Amino acid sequence: MMTKQIGDTLIRTVDLVKEFEISGGDFFGRNKPRVHATSNVNIQINKGETYALVGESGCGKSTLGRLMLKLIEPTSGHVEFEGININELPSEEMREIRKKMQIIFQDPYASLNPRMNVYDIIAEPLVTHHVCKTKDETKERVKELMERVGIRPEFINRYPHQFSGGQRQRIGIARALALQPQLIICDEPVSALDVSIQSQILNLLHDLQEEFNLTYLFISHDLSVVRYISDRVCVMFLGKVCEIGNTEDIFGNPLHPYTKFLIDAVPKPDPFLRKENKQLLHGDIPSPVNPPTGCRFHTRCPYAKDICSEIEPEMNNVDNKQVACHLI
Amino acid sequence: MDELLRINNLKTHFFTKKGVVPAVDGVSISVPQSSVIGVVGESGCGKSMTAMSIMQLVQKPGRIIDGSIELEGEDLLKYSGDNMRNIRGNKISMIFQEPMTALNPVYTVGRQVTEAIRIHHHDIDKEEAKKMALDIFNAVGIPEPDRRFNSYPHQLSGGLRQRVMIGMAMVCNPRLMIADEPTTALDVTIEAQILFLMKKLQEERGTSILLITHNLGVVAEICDYVYVMYAGKVMEQANTFELFKNTSHQYTEGLMKSIPKITAEKERLYNIKGVVPNLMKLPKGCRFCPRCEKAMPRCFMEEPPLYKVKTVVKNAGEHYARCFLCESSEVMNDD
Amino acid sequence: MEDIKVTDNETVEQLRQDYENMQAEIADTDGIMDKIKAMIKNNKLATISLIVILIFCFCAIFAPVVAPHDPTLQDYDNVRAHPSRDHILGTDELGRDVFSRIIYGARISLVIGIVPTTISMVIGTILGLMAGFMGKKVDFVIMRLADIMLAFPSLLLAMVVMYTLGASLINIFIALSVVNWAGTARVVRSQTLALKEKEFVEAAESIGVKKSVIMLRHILPNCLPSLIVLFTMDIPGSILSESSLSFLGIGAQPPASSWGLMVVNGKQWLFSEPWVAIAPGVAILILVLAFNFLGDGLRDAIDPYMKE
Repeated sequence: MMTKQIGDTLIRTVDLVKEFEISGGDFFGRNKPRVHATSNVNIQINKGETYALVGESGCGKSTLGRLMLKLIEPTSGHVEFEGININELPSEEMREIRKKMQIIFQDPYASLNPRMNVYDIIAEPLVTHHVCKTKDETKERVKELMERVGIRPEFINRYPHQFSGGQRQRIGIARALALQPQLIICDEPVSALDVSIQSQILNLLHDLQEEFNLTYLFISHDLSVVRYISDRVCVMFLGKVCEIGNTEDIFGNPLHPYTKFLIDAVPKPDPFLRKENKQLLHGDIPSPVNPPTGCRFHTRCPYAKDICSEIEPEMNNVDNKQVACHLI
Repeated sequence: MDELLRINNLKTHFFTKKGVVPAVDGVSISVPQSSVIGVVGESGCGKSMTAMSIMQLVQKPGRIIDGSIELEGEDLLKYSGDNMRNIRGNKISMIFQEPMTALNPVYTVGRQVTEAIRIHHHDIDKEEAKKMALDIFNAVGIPEPDRRFNSYPHQLSGGLRQRVMIGMAMVCNPRLMIADEPTTALDVTIEAQILFLMKKLQEERGTSILLITHNLGVVAEICDYVYVMYAGKVMEQANTFELFKNTSHQYTEGLMKSIPKITAEKERLYNIKGVVPNLMKLPKGCRFCPRCEKAMPRCFMEEPPLYKVKTVVKNAGEHYARCFLCESSEVMNDD
Repeated sequence: MEDIKVTDNETVEQLRQDYENMQAEIADTDGIMDKIKAMIKNNKLATISLIVILIFCFCAIFAPVVAPHDPTLQDYDNVRAHPSRDHILGTDELGRDVFSRIIYGARISLVIGIVPTTISMVIGTILGLMAGFMGKKVDFVIMRLADIMLAFPSLLLAMVVMYTLGASLINIFIALSVVNWAGTARVVRSQTLALKEKEFVEAAESIGVKKSVIMLRHILPNCLPSLIVLFTMDIPGSILSESSLSFLGIGAQPPASSWGLMVVNGKQWLFSEPWVAIAPGVAILILVLAFNFLGDGLRDAIDPYMKE
């Protein structure tokens, strides 16, 4: 695989916190329980790289993706795109920035409007931002995009229900590419697809990155896919970052206990690698409504000490990685 | 008897207004006593329908039109509705992908488990049933079983609900448990726990498990023998180690090459060309041939039978593949 | 696939290509028009209802051609005559042909059925979209208004409007339009709330599409199936309301021959010359049932989840 040209910081988050209120609380609606989706998250993504966000349910990775795109507003903290604080931008200027960051979704059935045909779907970004001057030009561009992602241009008038899941995902990718963005957030883009289609889409994403010098934020719970496609990995648990590092370093020498258990837990497609006495992580994933005190992982961690339930660990630089754990 | 369940040439077809969909088209599977058998394939290959056919839960417009399903020698397809009800939950039980839909949200989980017990054992009273339920909660690793007994399904996490489902399935000591994508909806660390639990229960109680999944990793982790299905038929079957070491069908090989491996270096992922076929318009010959790299003219004309393959792993039982490239003098009988 | 002699590898490639083309042609066509066609094929009751409605529409439009007599022609020699070959359904208290009056009356009933329903659905849709999409405060205000409208019996409200404005056809339109928007608003609001969370709406937001465009292009078209069904089911309500208002004397006024009026005028002879009141009553019944069955059929075909 060609070595990538990785540049400076394209987008970063500064102390990003997002809390949701859910129903409950007292008669007057006070003291409603809050879901701590993300807490003081600081990450930065460099131009040209594929940055993966991994974690299990409740870790906040999807919320973080949407915060970065300003689809939802943070409770505190902000996001900087190319140095500009997007949370303080007026909506006109934000629309300009939106051209540079797009998103691909997990569910190929819900991510396309069933009442719009392929042309409408892919042309919408072009039309919204007045990219092309004439309708013919728009149509040409749409057909180009369709070919690039592997859908026959003759299908331009078809509707989503006439396509398979993998094809719909391709249409979603074409839509994301239309404005020639710099950053594409891929929110579990292959999780809902069959294995043989997964590999097609992953290869497509890889090729597109090379061709258009794209930066990906790849959100996934599937570690095998993450290992294949990403350059750097950020492991999250219950709204906090546990460990960040280069893919090879993370998989080769994971430091945070959670990372180790996560990698170990993945069922490997090779029976010769079966471990008779695999160490398993016990207990359930705690609820993000009442996260554990101190280090959020301590209730599941077999190595937890007293300090782990009292004080939240800071991010430290160890061994070319960033880790948040008292034991390291 | 060594063989617990034998499915012979099962055909379950769906008679829709647009045409006939041969969802399961001549499938033969053998489940020995006390073993874990995997059925793996992508969506539409017929693996779930096979499981539903065993339990006779196939809904209209689907119908079992051919074949036999023998449980310790007796053909279940000849059973009446009442007899089949005795079998379900008792001799054969099933767990599903989405525990929230399998559990009734308005009853506590404890009550649902005791109900499952008392349906099949009429002479057991409430106290005794509750004790059995708490025992099974312990066995499936539910913490604080007394407290959880009175919980409602929505108060439990996904992993706990799945454990409750497994508990309900195991409480009557079935001979066979069918697990249809039991861990697909679970987080990875919970999935590992559930797989470990299923293997442990299988070893301790001698139950056999028929595990249906699309995930080759899960299969590699706990299955003894694997059937690979595609477009309604079995394409390859072998002992797990033998299957991974001596893959003999192009489809299986394609699948294995297209999975990114957490252990491997980054090479470009292999793509199986094309898409899963529409079952109403299957190709004339081998169902996989339009996507197969090694397709020969013959593949488009005739459908290959299952051929016996020489095994490379010792004591690995029999290995069959439905491919002309494996043609030898031995052919499986019922095809 | 046909029998082909396959001999070499080029043919293999060709066969592969043919197979792919064949697969590509199989499109799972299930758009709205296809569902409606399927309904026509499968649901006899709904199809018959559709035909009945179309017949009534035809009669209404071409009444001068279809009706055998002038509906206003009074014939004092032939008052309340039995049904005969000349007057299929007899004559009313002023000697006018009942059958012709029913045909002309279809005009009023259909117009009364369709126009106010359309207006109230438009009002309801706009308010429902706003309530669902524009935030909690707007939602609160609109929904409380809807609750108030729904708390009153609609007929009573219509009567109040009619008393205030005076009895005339236009005022009936106004009354029925204003009173019935709340049901539609509720349905559209809940659909909007659900659709708002869908990923294709998030996609539109991420592209930078303006909120108003999202409402019109993404949310509204996806509410259409439910709206179509609601439409066909609300029409009979309007027809019945008009009949009731006429029965109470505050609906259509003579010489207009609305079916409701015909029932009112004929009711005193219900036991001696029943056809005068019953014929228009049956006409109301048939039209209302037809719309109901059509609505059921459409709903089953287009939006089966609405049944529950």
